[in-house]
Amino acid sequence: MSTQNLTLVQAVRDGLYTEMKQDDDVLVMGEDVGKNGGVFRATEGLYNEFGDDRVIDTPLAESGIVGTAIGMAAYGLKPVPEMQFSGFMYPAFDQIVSHAARLRNRSRGRFTCPLVVRAPYGGGIRAPEHHSESKEAFYAHEAGLKVVIPSTPYDTKGLLISAIRDPDPVIFLEPKLIYRAFRGEVPEEDYTVPLGEAAVRREGTDISVFTYGAMSRPTQEAAENLSEEGIDVEVVDLRTVSPLDEAAIVESFKKTGRAAVVHEAPRKGGLAGEITAVIQEEALLYQEAPVERITGFDVPFPLYALEDYYLPSVARIEEGIRNAVEF
Amino acid sequence: MSTLQRDPEEQVQVLDENGGVVGEVPDLGDDELVEMYRAMRLARHFDKRAVSLQRQGRMGTYPPLSGQEGAQIGSTMALDDDDWMFPSYREHGGAVVRGVPLTQTLLYWMGHEDGNKMTPDTNVFPVAVPISTQILHATGAAWASKLKGDDEKAFICYFGDGGTSEGDFHEGLNFAGVFDTPNVFFCNNNQWAISVPRERQTASKTIAHKAVAYGFDGVQVDGMDPLAVYKVTRDAVEKAKNPGDRRRPTLIEAVQYRFGAHTTADDPTVYRDDDEVEKWKAKDPIPRLEKFLRETGRLDDESVDAVTQSVEEQVADAIDEAESVPRPEPSEMFESVYAEMPDHLREQMEDFEQLREQVGDEAFLRE
Ligand SMILES: Cc1ncc(C[n+]2csc(CCOP(=O)(O)OP(=O)(O)O)c2C)c(N)n1
Ligand SMILES: [Mg+2]
Repeated sequence: MSTQNLTLVQAVRDGLYTEMKQDDDVLVMGEDVGKNGGVFRATEGLYNEFGDDRVIDTPLAESGIVGTAIGMAAYGLKPVPEMQFSGFMYPAFDQIVSHAARLRNRSRGRFTCPLVVRAPYGGGIRAPEHHSESKEAFYAHEAGLKVVIPSTPYDTKGLLISAIRDPDPVIFLEPKLIYRAFRGEVPEEDYTVPLGEAAVRREGTDISVFTYGAMSRPTQEAAENLSEEGIDVEVVDLRTVSPLDEAAIVESFKKTGRAAVVHEAPRKGGLAGEITAVIQEEALLYQEAPVERITGFDVPFPLYALEDYYLPSVARIEEGIRNAVEF
Repeated sequence: MSTLQRDPEEQVQVLDENGGVVGEVPDLGDDELVEMYRAMRLARHFDKRAVSLQRQGRMGTYPPLSGQEGAQIGSTMALDDDDWMFPSYREHGGAVVRGVPLTQTLLYWMGHEDGNKMTPDTNVFPVAVPISTQILHATGAAWASKLKGDDEKAFICYFGDGGTSEGDFHEGLNFAGVFDTPNVFFCNNNQWAISVPRERQTASKTIAHKAVAYGFDGVQVDGMDPLAVYKVTRDAVEKAKNPGDRRRPTLIEAVQYRFGAHTTADDPTVYRDDDEVEKWKAKDPIPRLEKFLRETGRLDDESVDAVTQSVEEQVADAIDEAESVPRPEPSEMFESVYAEMPDHLREQMEDFEQLREQVGDEAFLRE
């Protein structure tokens, strides 16, 4: 298999390209996705390759984009609408939760909604107000949706192709902090990474740290630093936050008996609480310490002069892990 | 005669592209006309400096306004002191006229929370980044003033051509029509929503036409003619307060062009031709008003130089002031979330401060 060395955002583009090439029903729609190639260049060149009927610049209306994509999906196309930033998804929220998530259920399977809503997500790029929040919990809370948050170029392409082929709606959140932060080997051919499967990024015996998206790298860095102090950290990258890979969470936890969860989304009602509950339910007798939640604070995402304080940094991750280990 | 009762396809103009008078010059004193000119020059110069601050890494992403000064200054000068303004994110030229200091605009785009904090006597809502969401707030505030019997205020709301595609645009104007609220809906049709041209937003012949469906006046104006913009906005403000037998709200479509990029993160050469930009630059509102003022004896070389010098100083001072504000304290994140800080937030703040004391700021700050 020949490979290319791509950034995460290039892997998004490559995933779209690969799937559009082999399936005429796949189309991309959204604000500035056509001629401009997307404000992050995630759809660069697709307009020239596939034309205006498959790479569609829409009017500026998120409810319009997702709502019409639902109709298209029910009619047999496989739309991949882009929300320019996840912070601008809310006008489409009604369409996502009241319709995309439930169309199969409400119509008893007569109509389905195989669409993928893509959005750049998360903080850390000195962006203006409303451009940096992480609200995956909103979508993970909703039955009928799957929620993917990749952290490597390889996973991004494979997960995106899986998401497009999935018979149900998928919210695909792309951590823009790492859109261009590093490169990775990505096969040129098509391949899939299954939805709902976590990946162990580092094996360890003292504590399991569950994370995803842009927090995956600082978590691994913290793990390396802590190994010098004699703390052996296992890092589990969830990759899909709904459905959660509960088996992988429990398996890792049974080995270590301690856990921390790292996400940049706020703490209250966040995924860390859900993961903690899974541990309580499935592995209580293995538990040796409270589960540490190393998360964003319960505040509106600040303007960028303060964002470095908001985001879980390596220092905060290390401290959280130490707390759990030294308990 | 009011400029508002006309075919929404007909554009109101007072000055032609060369500053020649082709319409009725609004009733403004010499000082006000020169002030209008100065405010446009200030906005243009600020814009130039702000773009360069961003380039030098001294400021974050910034949305330039050059080309749109005629619409911003013409319309804000037409407001009365107690009127309210609901801006989008590109209205900092007009915001100055309404009493928002340049320093504050700089702080906002430099990522300081205080950049959003208006003084109590400034009836300007914070910048609205989520497109068109502010339209409903403007309708609601206008509606509230009517319910409370404050009949002397108008509520102006700014948004772009792209913004007219959002559901909130429809809902805001529809409520305004139904409840007959004292609003001026001011659409800055600058031809582009980032890379998407105006024709992709609506098949409607003009944006002004849309008002017909809401049951109130819609008027198209040359948005690069500050005198025409002043005139239609003034008529709309007066009608909001004294509707007679017409509906109070008005939709103004100010036809104009953004000379620069959508924001400093955008590269317009990907989606539009230089020829198009040049064509619109010929309509630049600043030389247009300057010519008119020179020809009518209100400006000369000397007074133009004085304006140049004073706007340069004012902008330089604002930049110095903004840059001398220290990096905000992390505690600012936790403040103003609720009227009173809940215990769990206080705990998060204190834990963070404790760690910060132990490991130092360098453990958090990137770059
Ligand atoms: C709800 C929402 N969707 C998308 C965006 C991203 N975005 C910012 S500005 C813009 C284009 C706006 O165009 P227009 O309304 O014409 O205003 P202009 O910037 O041209 O003044 C877009 C799509 C946003 N800020 N809010
Ligand atoms: Mg526009």
